[in-house]
Amino acid sequence: MSTTAIETESVLGQPLRSAAEPRQKSTIEVTDYNNRQTVGKITVDNPKMLCREVDVYYGQKQAIKNVSLDIGANEVIAFIGPSGCGKSTFLRCLNRMNDTIPSARVTGQIKLDNDDIYAKEIDVVQLRARVGMVFQKPNPFPKSIYENVAYGPRIHGMVNTKAELDDLVRESLERAGLIKEVEKRMLEPGTSLSGGQQQRLCIARAIAVNPEVILMDEPCSALDPIATAKIEELIDELRENYTIVIVTHSMQQAARVSQRTAYFHLGDLIEIGDTDQIFTNPRHKLTEDYITGRFG
Amino acid sequence: MPISPEAHTVKQFDVQLANLRNMVMEMGGLAEDQLKRAIAALDEEDLAATRETIARDRIINGLQLKADEECISIIALRQPLGSDLRLIMSLASIVTDLERIGDGAKKIARMTLHIYDGVSSPPSAKLLRDVKPMAQTAATMLHDCLDALARLDVPKALSIIHSDTELDQEFQGALRRLITYMMEDPRTIGHAINVVFIIKALERIGDHCKNIAEHTVYLVEGKNIQQRRNIDMNVVDALVKDVEMTWTNNP
Repeated sequence: MSTTAIETESVLGQPLRSAAEPRQKSTIEVTDYNNRQTVGKITVDNPKMLCREVDVYYGQKQAIKNVSLDIGANEVIAFIGPSGCGKSTFLRCLNRMNDTIPSARVTGQIKLDNDDIYAKEIDVVQLRARVGMVFQKPNPFPKSIYENVAYGPRIHGMVNTKAELDDLVRESLERAGLIKEVEKRMLEPGTSLSGGQQQRLCIARAIAVNPEVILMDEPCSALDPIATAKIEELIDELRENYTIVIVTHSMQQAARVSQRTAYFHLGDLIEIGDTDQIFTNPRHKLTEDYITGRFG
Repeated sequence: MPISPEAHTVKQFDVQLANLRNMVMEMGGLAEDQLKRAIAALDEEDLAATRETIARDRIINGLQLKADEECISIIALRQPLGSDLRLIMSLASIVTDLERIGDGAKKIARMTLHIYDGVSSPPSAKLLRDVKPMAQTAATMLHDCLDALARLDVPKALSIIHSDTELDQEFQGALRRLITYMMEDPRTIGHAINVVFIIKALERIGDHCKNIAEHTVYLVEGKNIQQRRNIDMNVVDALVKDVEMTWTNNP
């Protein structure tokens, strides 16, 4: 390297043209960090969930500020953003998990199909059967593998006979890509599985009650790359039947699994758009800075 | 808000990017220099300088390998996204174009050796008449496209795309004239063919400059403006359907 450089300079007999820093990026339409209007199209043609002007407060602190977006049917939408940006908070609004936090208050409108999920007549247990959730750390019940999956259908009265339940458990484990690994050890405790297997067991448990939407809060952050790849492959397969909302800290993961991406920052939805566009031509400077690793 | 607009949180990433940019600009400077040397040597019938130009091509080739390695390393280690991704992909392509421009200069030098090899008598001046203006156009295009790249100057990059049409027309004109000379006097054919290779090399250098300009636009704007030949896609689609029909009807 050094020899070449010296040779070049002496050859040219003049200073090399300096390599300018790329400064003005004109794919960026919003360069003002203080402009916090959502950039991008929030609506989709066939929405499964509609969120409009959602605010969330923890006591006095406002965690989500006036967020509106659609979640399309059979799409995987990824929420990305730095820690504390509100992406998990917003995800938890979608099946009213925030109800469990006494200081949390949610305003605005969130609809699943045509039902306002915060309406008085909505049964939260039924809602969470329609909008299932998978958490960051695999959290199987301290029961057998079989019972982990059978629990939901049983309490929701989805099956009448033992044979039906057996079939449903098998089918759920099959769809979660776990059946081969566990069919001979159904009665062993769920916690005896490896981390990645436990996470797939949790996904099997979530889909056993036949939800319409699955919320995933960093489902792979406690898993190794191989288990992560299996979950990502699974997400892609599940998309045929379910709508999936995934919160992830890994931008590569968001890019791999999702069709749309929403970028949150300090409680605002800054930008939303097709995943390809967000990761190659973001339109807001904040998005660009985040995905290129310039802050956060 | 802990935002520093230009620098990456991981400083080593900035170092790698700056390193890559410097390598590309260095390659650009070398390619420009090689073209100038090749044309000057042809003009002055300086065979020693011609041989030196040929030998120096490997410096550009070596830099290309280094720049490619750097691109691969950045992709593998940093997983660039957004403008960083566009920068890496554009520079990787530009590196190839610059290497080819170097090859073009080498080709001109080779042809110079063929022309003034001392066996045959030197060509008449009219055979070489078009080389200089074409070389001037190509050199200006190369200079401008490197400038546009260094400054991320989109209007300038776009103007280069127009210059390329000009150079193509100059090439067509020069080719027609050479054909006329060859028909008039078949003894000129040997030299004229070498000159054809030279003007073709210049025309190709213009194409590579156009590519560099297009990559510059992509890296700044995120828009791919690569021009294909003027093909009406409707005509192509109709053609494809037509062919399919023929094949299904007469298997």
